[in-house]
Amino acid sequence: MSNDDNPDSGKSRAVRARQRAIGRELRRIYDGVVNEPVPDEFLDLLRKMDDADGVGDRKKSS
Amino acid sequence: MSRTELQPQPQEERETQPAPDFKTDLLALVPFLRAFARSLTGNYEAADDLVQETLVKAWQSRDTFEMGTNLKAWLFTILRNQFYSDRRRAWRQAPWDQDAAERMPGTSQDQNWAADLSDTARALKLLPDEQREALILVGAGGFSYMDAANIVKCNVGTVKSRVARARKALLAILERQDSLPSRQRPDEGEAARDIMAQLDELAPSRQSDAPARRRKGHAG
Repeated sequence: MSNDDNPDSGKSRAVRARQRAIGRELRRIYDGVVNEPVPDEFLDLLRKMDDADGVGDRKKSS
Repeated sequence: MSRTELQPQPQEERETQPAPDFKTDLLALVPFLRAFARSLTGNYEAADDLVQETLVKAWQSRDTFEMGTNLKAWLFTILRNQFYSDRRRAWRQAPWDQDAAERMPGTSQDQNWAADLSDTARALKLLPDEQREALILVGAGGFSYMDAANIVKCNVGTVKSRVARARKALLAILERQDSLPSRQRPDEGEAARDIMAQLDELAPSRQSDAPARRRKGHAG
């Protein structure tokens, strides 16, 4: 029973290995999205923001 | 393609002009915003809408950004605030506005947040929002506990405990899945192998690939 608390016990080693694997998997999922090509609509949006401040919802012509 | 058009033209009319490459910086951070948004909404389109809203908000309040501080964390904060305020609004409209309810960004959607079919991606959706966002920021996004605390507006200790609880909960969910009789998962601590096996299953080349590997194994 106290064996579970022992950092060197087989069980806690297995848990740590599993946690590391989950951590790698989390980064893989996240990086998968980060590495997706950015759709053109984002570039279009940023470009539009040059002239008009509010992009649609805040017209600056008064 | 037209990245050069993003190079700012001189704008004399604005005195408090942020650094000339503010917009270029925004563009460079879009992939990270999309990843964080995907983790919050669990939905491809809702996530991209959220990122667009975030960029507009960021541009409108660019004067409040302090140069030299963490732009990525600043943008993540805007995105997260926007997500929760959109969701509150959608909830208020929900009972009678079916369209709004369907557009509602939320984690209950039936789509995987990264179009990812792995057990971990599915298990992530089962975590409470506060645990999932903390885990994503620290465990995947590479933010320090301090930056994550600023983004989610709580103290560092709270972030640490949320991350710890999230890790524990994920592990428990995955082990519960492993113990289901319908899946052959012989021993514990083999998440990585399971994941690789799943990736193999998903890879289109698997059918032609697997026998080849096996033959090689026999030869050697």
